[in-house]
Amino acid sequence: MQVDLRLSEIVAYDNLENIFKFLAEFFPPHTEKDFLKAVLIALWETLAISIVGTLLSAIFGLTLAYFSSEYNDTIAGKISSDFCKFLLNVLRSIPELVWAALLIISAGLGPFAGCLAIIFHTTGVLGRLFSDALENVPPEAPGVLRINGVSNFNIFLHNKMSQLTVQFSSYILYRWENNIRVASVLGLVGAGGLGQLLSFHLGLFLMDKACTVILAMLLLILFVDGLSYSIRRRIY
Amino acid sequence: MLASEYRDTIARRNFTFVVIFIVLFFPLIQTVEFYPWVLFGEKNLKITIDFLSTFYPPNLTNTFLLKVFESSLQTVAIATVGLFFALLIGIPSALLITTALSVSEFENRKPVLPYFFRYLIRALLILLRSIPEIVWALIFVRVVGLGPTAGILAIALTYGGMLGKVYAEILESGDNPPGKYAMQIGCSRLQVLMYFLIPQNLLELLSYTVYRWECAIRSTVIMGFVGAGGLGFQLESSLKMFAGDEVLTILFAFIGLVWLSDYFSKSVRKSLT
Amino acid sequence: MGSVLLKNYCQRVVTPKGNTKTILNGIDLGVSQGEQVAIVGSSGAGKTTLLKALIFSSKPSSGQIFFNGQNPWLSSSVVRHKHRRLVSFVPQEPSFPLRQSVYNAVLAGCLPTTNLLTSLVSLIYPKNVDAVTEVLHKFQLSDKIANRVDQLSGGERQRVSLARALISEASFWTIDEPLSGLDPKLADTVIKTLRDHAKQKKITFVCTLHQVEFALRYFPRVVGIKEGNLAFDLPVERVTPSLLEDTYERHKNC
Repeated sequence: MQVDLRLSEIVAYDNLENIFKFLAEFFPPHTEKDFLKAVLIALWETLAISIVGTLLSAIFGLTLAYFSSEYNDTIAGKISSDFCKFLLNVLRSIPELVWAALLIISAGLGPFAGCLAIIFHTTGVLGRLFSDALENVPPEAPGVLRINGVSNFNIFLHNKMSQLTVQFSSYILYRWENNIRVASVLGLVGAGGLGQLLSFHLGLFLMDKACTVILAMLLLILFVDGLSYSIRRRIY
Repeated sequence: MLASEYRDTIARRNFTFVVIFIVLFFPLIQTVEFYPWVLFGEKNLKITIDFLSTFYPPNLTNTFLLKVFESSLQTVAIATVGLFFALLIGIPSALLITTALSVSEFENRKPVLPYFFRYLIRALLILLRSIPEIVWALIFVRVVGLGPTAGILAIALTYGGMLGKVYAEILESGDNPPGKYAMQIGCSRLQVLMYFLIPQNLLELLSYTVYRWECAIRSTVIMGFVGAGGLGFQLESSLKMFAGDEVLTILFAFIGLVWLSDYFSKSVRKSLT
Repeated sequence: MGSVLLKNYCQRVVTPKGNTKTILNGIDLGVSQGEQVAIVGSSGAGKTTLLKALIFSSKPSSGQIFFNGQNPWLSSSVVRHKHRRLVSFVPQEPSFPLRQSVYNAVLAGCLPTTNLLTSLVSLIYPKNVDAVTEVLHKFQLSDKIANRVDQLSGGERQRVSLARALISEASFWTIDEPLSGLDPKLADTVIKTLRDHAKQKKITFVCTLHQVEFALRYFPRVVGIKEGNLAFDLPVERVTPSLLEDTYERHKNC
């Protein structure tokens, strides 16, 4: 640990000039038309990864949340409910980048692995949030439905979900804000999008092109943040 | 309203949603190349099964466990030192941009220069925290080489941006009549800060800082993937070698580390409130 | 298919302080199919608990219950839950999810017999609209089908809640205080609608009533509950004012 601090101090003082020279290479950002086209395609790919990933995670997460919060009556039901809870915990403990590195082995390089990585992790996160919310619904209205003989699924669909749509949409939008950042950088391990472009150009020390890619990332992230914020304001 | 009118209105609205969704979703699926059957193709399936079979049993040899332990310690060190430097960035910026310490806010004037200045610093903070920390780490690895320093610097910048914004908001939150009173009778802003703002908001400030420390540990592991040291760096090298047993051990260590830091963070925050 | 028999039915609960409180004490009550019974008694006497006991919503502390000749607590929970479809329970306080439309609120009465596929389809294409209109018409609420339930008045909400019973395919109705929140003229219409519908479809109709005059006027059989015990169980002609006064008399040493 002592090695860390000494290292950072030396680097900070002695190599300051080198650092500035290095950073200067980033500007001005490369703006040639063909390259910009490639950046735009990568940007679209990143956006697509984040949208598909977040939406599919919402569906899978909701399914797992339903199974992990409803079936506590019978023994078989309790086992499957505990299993779903365990699965959700495993999925959300492992960060997206690690999932991506693992999934590239099975799915190959490219956006599919990145999308799957987002799905695995976000299903865990959303599934846990959803199941907590489902369990905390005030029990009077569902209770009456139960006495009347309504099945668990129908109670879920027509009673619990109608109360929770706003809250769940808010969760999903928050995760989208997080996932656009994740989708941008998953390409660094080869999972497509702007990250893959960035890693390529940084590796070749083409700093001005890398700068354009970083600026594109920044714009995309700010755009999604703004969109998510305005959607959330409208549904509240 | 007639019942059939009602049904038609609702059905029409729902159908439109479904159609829009399908029309927008399919091109997205194609862009992402979301074809799950690829996973079960003959070649890919064999690779997957081969790799998964190396996972068990996990590598529990003493030498390896020691390496994992050292990496975990290094991760915690990087996160902590990084957060310390983040404070050096975050605290001054927060004091500069918070309207709780602004005399012009207090007097309800709107002079241009302080506004512009605050806006500039706010924009800088947004820039710092919107660029994912792993991108910062990548850049710094090119500057200072592989190792923990790149991670520390990346955490310092990104988390400095986050802390600056949230500290400023925490200081502005709440009515703070004692602070306003102090401003009214002419206390210096430093006095308002030391005697009113900080004591009132200390718990919330500390609580948020501890929460960010816990996030920093997770960020550090992820940055390790691009060479910034710690557990992530080790995980990446084990993955490159397809050493599933090592990967499994490191994953367990990671989950344990996250759980410990989460537990620590929760108990510190509980004892604060 | 709607007959219930309670034999020596007891319901006890443990209070937060740790004492055991007896809510229902050794009730013997039988209701055969197609009967219409009103349950009366002072507040807290155990009317709602008795009503819930009839539809086996929770297990008795001791004693037995037979629904259609079978003890539901001897079957598995899945079978028992299936039997619940034959019952319609309307609580005293109508409770709906926020922002639900009247249409959806009434449709909840159909849910017990809606299978998975129909349920999912109805998310997009609303079903059973005619049934809902018919039922709302009986309660003079046809023009409110698209309104949100939380924007209705108390009396309107109560009628929506009762509409659930009408639209369901249950053969046994248990309704807790059907007339709460309704003015006398409306209460008249409502109780007549419920009674006539039940008589026509041969539905067993049991309800609790605070308004004793309505019980005496519209129901052929009246049951009185006093402090968890069965005070009387008589055809309405034999119910005397002194009997009622006795039932409603509160415990003197409170």
